[in-house]
Amino acid sequence: MTSLLTVEGLTKAYPGVVANDRVSFDIAEGEVHALLGENGAGKSTLVKMIYGLVQPDAGRMTLRGAPYAPPEPSAARAAGVAMVFQHFSLFDALDVAENIALGMETPPPMRRLAARIREVSETYGLPLNPDRLVGDLSAGERQRVEIIRCLLQDPRLLIMDEPTSVLTPQEVDILFATLRKLAAEGTAILYISHKLEEIRTLCDRATILRLGKVVDSCNPREKTAAELAEMMVGAKLTAPARGGGTPGDVVLEVSGLSLPSSTPFGTSLRDISFTVRAGEILGIGGVAGNGQDELLAALSGEAQVAPDAVNLKGQPIGALGPSPRRRIAVLAAPEERLGHAAAPDMSLTENALLTAAIREGLAARGFLKWPAARAFAEKVIEAFDVRTPGPGNAARSLSGGNLQKFVIGREVLQRPEVLVVNQPTWGVDASAAASIRQALLDLAQSGTAVIVISQDLDELMEISDRFAALNEGRLSPPRPAQGLTLEEIGLMMGGAHDMEVAHVAE
Amino acid sequence: MDFGAINPVVLIASLMVASTPILLAAIGELVVEKSGVLNLGVEGMMITGAICGFAIAVETGSPALGFLAAMLGGAVLSLVFGVLTQVLMSNQVATGLALTLFGLGLSALIGQGYVGIKPPATDRLDLGPLSEIPVLGRILFSHDLIVYLSLALVAGVWAFLRYTRAGLILRAVGENHDAAHALGYHVVRIRLAAIAFGGACAGLGGAYLSLVRVPQWTEGMTAGAGWIALAIVVFASWRAGRVLLGAYLFGGVAVLQLNLQAAGLAVPVELLSASPYLVTILVLVIMSADRGRAAVAAPASLGRVFHAST
Repeated sequence: MTSLLTVEGLTKAYPGVVANDRVSFDIAEGEVHALLGENGAGKSTLVKMIYGLVQPDAGRMTLRGAPYAPPEPSAARAAGVAMVFQHFSLFDALDVAENIALGMETPPPMRRLAARIREVSETYGLPLNPDRLVGDLSAGERQRVEIIRCLLQDPRLLIMDEPTSVLTPQEVDILFATLRKLAAEGTAILYISHKLEEIRTLCDRATILRLGKVVDSCNPREKTAAELAEMMVGAKLTAPARGGGTPGDVVLEVSGLSLPSSTPFGTSLRDISFTVRAGEILGIGGVAGNGQDELLAALSGEAQVAPDAVNLKGQPIGALGPSPRRRIAVLAAPEERLGHAAAPDMSLTENALLTAAIREGLAARGFLKWPAARAFAEKVIEAFDVRTPGPGNAARSLSGGNLQKFVIGREVLQRPEVLVVNQPTWGVDASAAASIRQALLDLAQSGTAVIVISQDLDELMEISDRFAALNEGRLSPPRPAQGLTLEEIGLMMGGAHDMEVAHVAE
Repeated sequence: MDFGAINPVVLIASLMVASTPILLAAIGELVVEKSGVLNLGVEGMMITGAICGFAIAVETGSPALGFLAAMLGGAVLSLVFGVLTQVLMSNQVATGLALTLFGLGLSALIGQGYVGIKPPATDRLDLGPLSEIPVLGRILFSHDLIVYLSLALVAGVWAFLRYTRAGLILRAVGENHDAAHALGYHVVRIRLAAIAFGGACAGLGGAYLSLVRVPQWTEGMTAGAGWIALAIVVFASWRAGRVLLGAYLFGGVAVLQLNLQAAGLAVPVELLSASPYLVTILVLVIMSADRGRAAVAAPASLGRVFHAST
């Protein structure tokens, strides 16, 4: 196979960090090439340079034998490079055809474009209605818009940045069939993911980045997922240990919980019912945007619902706000670290005060007890191995993994009866993720009812006792997690929706 | 009371003249806000346009040159706002308010020597036999060029946003500037162009006040017209057609209440004076009552600072 894109010595430095340090690798025509690495390893910077969004400080690229240095994305598109973004590239208030036209260099008139969208989307088994508003689409359908936008330009190289993070297992299968068909037609695919099993099934070759440097390359089919993970992290990983124990009495009971969406493109919760027992972890999976944020809001008290929709040990608490719920030990850690779970520009001490003032007695008669607050913040830092110079540092200055350990630890140390967490390890490095999962398991072991909302199915299978899935604001009946197959989980998450396998017509 | 003195034909013809300044400012601000920028300096740009146009028209004797100078003055002032908010990333609300105060002060300074002067008259457009048609001719075909230009602008902006690629890109930038940047569009450049267009429109609207509607220069003569234009854009759910409706409604009620005051209607004058504001806001609020759709029409990046972090 001939080389399509060669990257030699690419370097890009930002103030204080070298994002890419002399990165070299090459991609052959028709090859599916994986780019592996933890968050912060420099994968995004690298593909942004290939797509012309960022200019390298040093190094050069060659595309089909000719020097290649795109000054902006339109030049990259003209050279046959297309990119599917992880996020940030669709416009909610515009329709599908308009979104696609924006990603093309010379789009045909709207009516012809709509016809082309229908035609291409049917060929690849990704049906799309060009007239619908993107804001009304499901996460899986939005992904299709991005992919169709790329396919309409007949790319030679397709870059995909974490494309499966929002898909059900069935949708992933169909996406892979589409990608294999594309590769068979000669298109090279640069595939970024941290889902190791997916890379093992799909990719021909893998380049591994760590701290901005290429540390290894391999054929992922010849490695185990554990070996790949160790190559990424550069250290041995220990899987969380779960203690056997029988759950106690029902602590939290949710029955008939409904909550209309507060924003035009949000999801309404519909008739959600479940129970959680003391010492049990209930895992709630589902594709992003199916009501996860709304469910967390209803359980934490940010959104108030009918009083008897949420019951703590038989007492109705649905109409209580966050502070009264904290007082009775119902705690929550939301998804967005910077801005929702923590105030970015406030110190760790102040952030500790914000949720722990009531339960830890950090305020009296409206005045703050600074020494006690600092001591509590230090306790969290110590117990959860948060790497920071001290509790006076701003939350924003911590890395994602360290701040997440602080945010979870802050709630865990308040001895909750019920703890609800949303995406506890999203964007967190592997070792921090492992210690957060261990902390949640230990918390359940000590008798707390834990609800983990996450889109990472591997994580949910690893720690939860029972599993349920959110789909369009409805919750499937919870089932014991042990023995569930990926197939069954996918169906609980809504299956393949209306996708179909690509018509591979050779 | 003597309602017989109110001639509906004259009333409609004069409401078009009364509404034109607000219509011009509002249609410009619509484009600015569609690109995701909230410029609260409309009032300041209008009054700067009013004095620039007035001064140049008086000095040169040509209203046409005056209108051009007003557009230029409004655009230059708006670019001060543009550079501050887009390049130096200052807060849009605070900068817009400062622009209004700055414009009011600057215009008072320039206008010191122009108080009490009469500007050269702006001719009506000669449409020949068309303006001879009874009723319709008086209402539709006996205005000056700017009235027709403002209507053409509304239609042009509507078509631009709906049918052209440049309009699509402008809407995309206002909807999600991060995504537009990721696709390789020049967010700052597009916004600066929109801001300059909005400034020129506001300046033209201001000059129409000082050269045609009043016509003379007094300090602070825009008297809140810029704020009304801002409110109309929001209550019109960012749609060109509704901006026209809102502006004409406001102008219409303003003219009507003056006529009613003259006719001696037994309603407190204060209430009549307030009526254009009340009626316009009430009607547009009712029209945008479908909150879901109205929220969709609002540009999602409106007022947010854009920083290309990559």
